[in-house]
Amino acid sequence: MSTNATQSLDTRGMNCPLPILRTKKALSAMSAGETLAVTATDPGSLKDMQAFCKQTGHELISSSTNQGEFEFLIRRA
Amino acid sequence: MGAADKLIPENLDKSRFDQWFDQRFESKMAEREAAHVPSLSIIATKGTMDWAYPPFILASTASALGWDVSVFFTFYGLELLKKDLHLEISPLGNPSMPMKMPFGPQWLKDINWNVPNAVMAGLPGFEKVATGLMKQTVKSKGVATIDELRHACIEADVKLFACQMTVDLFGYSQDEFIPEIEGWIGAASFLPTAQKSDVCLFV
Repeated sequence: MSTNATQSLDTRGMNCPLPILRTKKALSAMSAGETLAVTATDPGSLKDMQAFCKQTGHELISSSTNQGEFEFLIRRA
Repeated sequence: MGAADKLIPENLDKSRFDQWFDQRFESKMAEREAAHVPSLSIIATKGTMDWAYPPFILASTASALGWDVSVFFTFYGLELLKKDLHLEISPLGNPSMPMKMPFGPQWLKDINWNVPNAVMAGLPGFEKVATGLMKQTVKSKGVATIDELRHACIEADVKLFACQMTVDLFGYSQDEFIPEIEGWIGAASFLPTAQKSDVCLFV
């Protein structure tokens, strides 16, 4: 988990579309420029998070895989 | 000379004007596309627990992407808007539904129980048991419940429309349904919404 993110969100154990819904909800409550670190176990989230950021304009700073867990760092638009 | 030609001065350099117009047209179109909010219309017609997922998953996800979403619930789909959800699955006549145990050792969970239709139909309570097992599977796989997804849709301002004709046909009363319903309408009211949406799905 990135330590320098403004907020973090744990979606481990959740399946499509919950990680995206929770991410969207968390981002809505944040201000522009703040960063959100998301952890997930849903393998679909790797592609979904990319598509989500592309469509909504939030910046996907990084995404990584670590022993079956996925970590995303997103900057709110 | 056509009417449009009269608007163009005679000494105009036509090729330069065309070049300017093409560029301007491109940039205006790009501006318009960037400002466009995508929209989704769904017509939900099924009232079993399994078929409740596609409309609610698509609607909640589209709203998370920032789309405008409207869902029209008609016929058995109306069941998805009841205050108390009592959705069941029916494996009868559905050869595609895996019949697997959600608990027990892995070898047991891997078995796909091939139950003949005649047995399913003749066994009292078969659907109740199948529904219970499905709920267990949903829970253990971290899939959202229908209630959760419906809640997510309401929170995200997905517009939920109920078919008034179905309410009359099945003898329902409006107070059996959630208060967040946007409107009690008919096909003639929903179709213009569907016509203007970028994506329209019948589920």
